[in-house]
Amino acid sequence: MQKTLKRYFPIFVLPTLIAFSFAFIIPFVMGVYLSFCKFKTITNAQFIGFDNYIKIFANKDFINAFGFTVKFSILAILTINIFAFALAMALTRKMAGTNLFRTVFFMPNLIGGIILGYIWQQMINAVLLKYETTLVANATYGFIGLVVLMNWQMIGYMMIIYIAGLQNVPTELIEAAKIDGATSWQTLIKVKIPMVMPSITICLFLTVSNCFKLFDQNLALTSGAPSKKTAMLALDIYNTFYGRSGFEGVGQAKAVLFFIIVAIIALSQLALTRSKEVEQ
Amino acid sequence: MKKKLVSALLCATMAVSLLAGCGSSSEAPATDEPAAEAPAEDAEAPAEDAEAPAADAGAGQVYYLNFKPEVDEVWQSLATQYTEETGVPVKVVTAASGSYEQTLMSEIANSEAPTLFQINGPIGYQNWKDYCADLKDTDLYSWLLDKSLAVEGDDGGVYGIPYVVEGFGIIYNDAIMQKYFAMDGAKAASIDDIKNFDTLKAVVEDMQAKKDDLGIEGVFASTSLTPGEDWRWQTHLANVPVFYEFKDKDITDTDALEFTYSDNYKNIFDLYINNSCTAPGLLGSKSVDDSMAEFALGQAAMVQNGNWAWAQISGVDGNVVNQEDVKFLPIYTGISGEESQGLCTGTENFFSINSQASAEDQAASIAFVEWLFSSDTGKAAVTNDLGFIAPFNTFSDDEKPTDPLAQEVIRYMADSSKTSVAWNFTSFPSQQFKDDFGAALLEYASGSLTWDDVKALVVEEWATEKAAIAEAAE
Repeated sequence: MQKTLKRYFPIFVLPTLIAFSFAFIIPFVMGVYLSFCKFKTITNAQFIGFDNYIKIFANKDFINAFGFTVKFSILAILTINIFAFALAMALTRKMAGTNLFRTVFFMPNLIGGIILGYIWQQMINAVLLKYETTLVANATYGFIGLVVLMNWQMIGYMMIIYIAGLQNVPTELIEAAKIDGATSWQTLIKVKIPMVMPSITICLFLTVSNCFKLFDQNLALTSGAPSKKTAMLALDIYNTFYGRSGFEGVGQAKAVLFFIIVAIIALSQLALTRSKEVEQ
Repeated sequence: MKKKLVSALLCATMAVSLLAGCGSSSEAPATDEPAAEAPAEDAEAPAEDAEAPAADAGAGQVYYLNFKPEVDEVWQSLATQYTEETGVPVKVVTAASGSYEQTLMSEIANSEAPTLFQINGPIGYQNWKDYCADLKDTDLYSWLLDKSLAVEGDDGGVYGIPYVVEGFGIIYNDAIMQKYFAMDGAKAASIDDIKNFDTLKAVVEDMQAKKDDLGIEGVFASTSLTPGEDWRWQTHLANVPVFYEFKDKDITDTDALEFTYSDNYKNIFDLYINNSCTAPGLLGSKSVDDSMAEFALGQAAMVQNGNWAWAQISGVDGNVVNQEDVKFLPIYTGISGEESQGLCTGTENFFSINSQASAEDQAASIAFVEWLFSSDTGKAAVTNDLGFIAPFNTFSDDEKPTDPLAQEVIRYMADSSKTSVAWNFTSFPSQQFKDDFGAALLEYASGSLTWDDVKALVVEEWATEKAAIAEAAE
């Protein structure tokens, strides 16, 4: 049985591998190549070496976008995970309507980012109308708006993952802690959190990568206004690529750099949290 | 075991998020293609024919990438009509507002690339010169009334042919103005008295003070400053000071704009934002549609826009503006000698043929455009449905558009005592420059930038963007 499986392994893998190559590997390799090219459309590329990478830093847009992204990500990742965990704790108690609450909290996650962005833009502008200002008048408004929007969208998803983790904490351990006289705070820190570490790994990974790669919500909510002060990395790349003629290669180079940054951050985060996981 | 499960889950989510990332970046432009089901082509055209562009147009097909969403329907029906008449398939795709360059960029890389597209002038030609065919020998070029309007390359070829003359200025609602002129203490007796910025300012401010009596919410419709909706200010309005600066220096383009008439820009811009139906701080949420609706509903007496706006005004539900009341006023900014200033007339719409399309398709596209501007059906649609003032000698005098704003443009152009302001914004460095300018205007309106900051930004951005373009073109 094992042998047959092994023999036919390439055949079983092939369809997926082909799809994966077409949808991912080939575009990715082409993208990296294009970042070293000057091109208008991808069919008339011309190799120019590292020029594009040098041009990235010719103006401050990328650096500013990076700063904004980091600022946003730190705040969003912290708030999303703390709120999601708190909600998960609350909704794993035996109380009426937990299933309803779980569904309701999860629902925002089912709405697409662009739509969410416009909905929140309308809502925030409606509130700001009273103060005769708008979301795009001040970069701080946009920043707070984005954080709130991301929280609203992602808390539900993370909450579900934390709930699954919390439900898997063996009751013997909690009982044992209780008998040993641990307070509920101590139980949380010393027993529950170490036991749900795998969930934390997943949640952190998801929030880190989603926050860094955020595009739709950013585009719909503020589109970088005012004066690109609320533009995140993905939006800056998009604007570079499409916004200015002759900068397609620079946009591509930014995208490659962006990939490297996100990969480094996500992988180091994974390694860090994985090392804290405990075997049951 | 659990760890394995978790790592499997992680892998899955990673793959999913990667795929999601890929998926969202490939959003296709909104394509609707009514006449697109191209009948099976006999693509095996003889090779000899392929050499001559004017050759057998019947074998090719046309794919036009349209620039203006507001006239999408007209183009779609024109495409159907042309296909019915000649059997040549015509596909019209409209790029979403403000995303023409993006759409063109992705579409032209396709194997079924647009054969007919448009460029916005010399700058557009610089961007697309690899794709623009020489149109010097076409009938269309020979019909052009003013050949200097066409976009010419360094080699003397013609790469873009203007197909419409447009004008913009301050559109006003004459009914409201008459009501004001009839009031006691009106600052002017008739619209003819408004010949310069000082009178305009006095009238506007007085009207704003009496807005309740006039039954309006503000004199000017909202100065729409939402990103992507700010072209009336960062492009059109900015044209006026740039025109005068170019005129003083006797140039048509420059690498370093001084923005000498920035105070004049400020004059009119302040007048717009301070005497409007919307508070300056709220302008960042207004779109062009909003302001045109305000005008159409009679909430505002004036709005800056071009003759293409008539379709928008008349299309608003509950529109209270009469056709005969819609008139144009030049944009006065306080520049000396502006009494004789006319509207800003020109064009930034040039047809170009994709030189990398097959020869049959190129020929078919040329034939389609020539049909449009010479056949009766085509001309009727151009004049009545698209409302174009076409700059070709194939149009007789009674084939001019009848919509009130186009009439006004024609009237101003025919008036020899008025000097038209040319469209110098076709030499604005890039979309980036315009966007940054618009963003600065928004910040100025909401009070977080001073006018000096805006001026400095314009001067600086102009220089850097011109340099960037020159470098990219190398």
